[in-house]
Amino acid sequence: MKSILKVKNLTMNFGGLRALHNLNISINKKEIAALIGPNGAGKTTFFNCITGIYKPSNGDILISPKGNNEKINGLKPNIITKKGLARTFQNIRLFTSMTALENIMVGCHCVTKAGVIGAILNNKSTKAEERLIIEKSYFILKELGLEIYVNELVTSLPYGAQKRLEIARALATEPFLLLLDEPAAGLNPQETNELDELILKIREQNDISILLIEHDMKLVMSLSDNIHVVDYGKKIGEGTPKEIRNNPAVIKAYLGEEVV
Amino acid sequence: MDFDFLTYLFFGGLTRGSIYALIALGYTMVYGIVELINFAHGEIYMIGAFTGLIISSVLTMLGLPILAIVVLSALTAIIYSCAYGYTMEKIAYKPLRDSNAPRLSALISAIGMSLFLQNYVLLAQTSDFLPFPNFIPDFEFWEPYAHILTSPELVILITTVIVMICLTILIKFTKIGKAMRATSQDKVMAVLMGVNINRVISITFIVGSATAAIGGILIACHIGQINFYMGFTAGIKAFVAAVLGGIGSIPGAVLGSFVLGLTESFFAGYFSSDYEDVFAFLFLVLILIFRPSGILGRAETKKV
Repeated sequence: MKSILKVKNLTMNFGGLRALHNLNISINKKEIAALIGPNGAGKTTFFNCITGIYKPSNGDILISPKGNNEKINGLKPNIITKKGLARTFQNIRLFTSMTALENIMVGCHCVTKAGVIGAILNNKSTKAEERLIIEKSYFILKELGLEIYVNELVTSLPYGAQKRLEIARALATEPFLLLLDEPAAGLNPQETNELDELILKIREQNDISILLIEHDMKLVMSLSDNIHVVDYGKKIGEGTPKEIRNNPAVIKAYLGEEVV
Repeated sequence: MDFDFLTYLFFGGLTRGSIYALIALGYTMVYGIVELINFAHGEIYMIGAFTGLIISSVLTMLGLPILAIVVLSALTAIIYSCAYGYTMEKIAYKPLRDSNAPRLSALISAIGMSLFLQNYVLLAQTSDFLPFPNFIPDFEFWEPYAHILTSPELVILITTVIVMICLTILIKFTKIGKAMRATSQDKVMAVLMGVNINRVISITFIVGSATAAIGGILIACHIGQINFYMGFTAGIKAFVAAVLGGIGSIPGAVLGSFVLGLTESFFAGYFSSDYEDVFAFLFLVLILIFRPSGILGRAETKKV
């Protein structure tokens, strides 16, 4: 198996607080991996580090979508997005004054070329590109079953649809690795089941890897090929769902020390 | 009270409002994107007028036809102002933004920039009022209506409408417009969508400067004289208009400008022009008491 993301000895300090401590994580091609851990373990900090929102204090983040290792720590978030890492947030952060289609179009724009001059001249190639973007955006909406909301303002969408739209918008940037931060948070059991199928479908159709942070253990266990467990910024376990279920360190972190 | 006088005041107010709107757009766009009151924005408008004057004088000496002078000097003034706006952002605001300075520091930097540009023009040019040639001729076809709305005022109104339409298209339908809207809503998310924030900010400053320069030239033609201090008062009025309409909102800035222009015009006409500012600002206070975030501003209820 070829790894497409390699994180080596990642450390992140906030003043005196060490949020991540020598974390090593590797994600393989077409893998669905999960990052789990108790609240405050540093999961979201990890996402923020690899997407460039935080500059890691120490360690290396390497991507190799095409087999060539490339260091991305210290790069600006928009550059990292262009290199193929896309993410969603725990809370919904859609562009509320835009329609569903426009939200996706913003994501699409990062893979297009036309600049300001093109916008002013509005020449043929700009128009053609714009048309292509609309088609592509609509296609993504359809893939996620959101086409009925195409021209609706996102604030009028139901919660579950907004969550899916966030995933759709991340997909529009054409990532090779999709990072989902608690995609099932706030969803009802039926929506969570649908999400399970949706994530599998996204992997197949887009041929990408997915790393998710999630507290819904049922979803994590059924989806993941590989699970990474962190606690207090340190990695305490890694393995298949079955291995994790029987890992004493993980059980301790989640349930506390056995008293008997 | 005769009807002609009323319409005269109405169109006078609209013209004033148009000029305020052209400047207020820059304030509101910049605020929408970087949450900064760019107090040096009025100076960009003043620099636009000065550049227009200098270039048109040179071209007049060269003996070019009037249309060529108008087009060339307007274009140069716009480009020059844009360059100023762009450079100002890079010198005075970007370093502060990069070092995560508090917003108050950026505001002080803006005031500093404003004073610097005023005094720079004062030293480099003059403190006197300079006569500005009126490039807008009295159109013959407009003769019958000229007692209500003069030709220059007509040109100001039409130009403003055209600028508004272009701006709306830019923001609503183009790629950069979407990037601007995305950035103004959620900077972190916009960056994660691959939007280059620094470029969006630069372009916002450039577009704002361009509309201010257009306003500067139009008002200079209309009033017929310019001075290094003209940007300050106009800037403050436009800023007030932007707040009145709801700062950060583009339609709000336009509406606020027209409300302010009309109020001033009517009070000056029916009461006394000495008190126009008093009444205009009284009106502003009244509106803000009842709509604290401006006419079109969204009252934000913070989640707790």
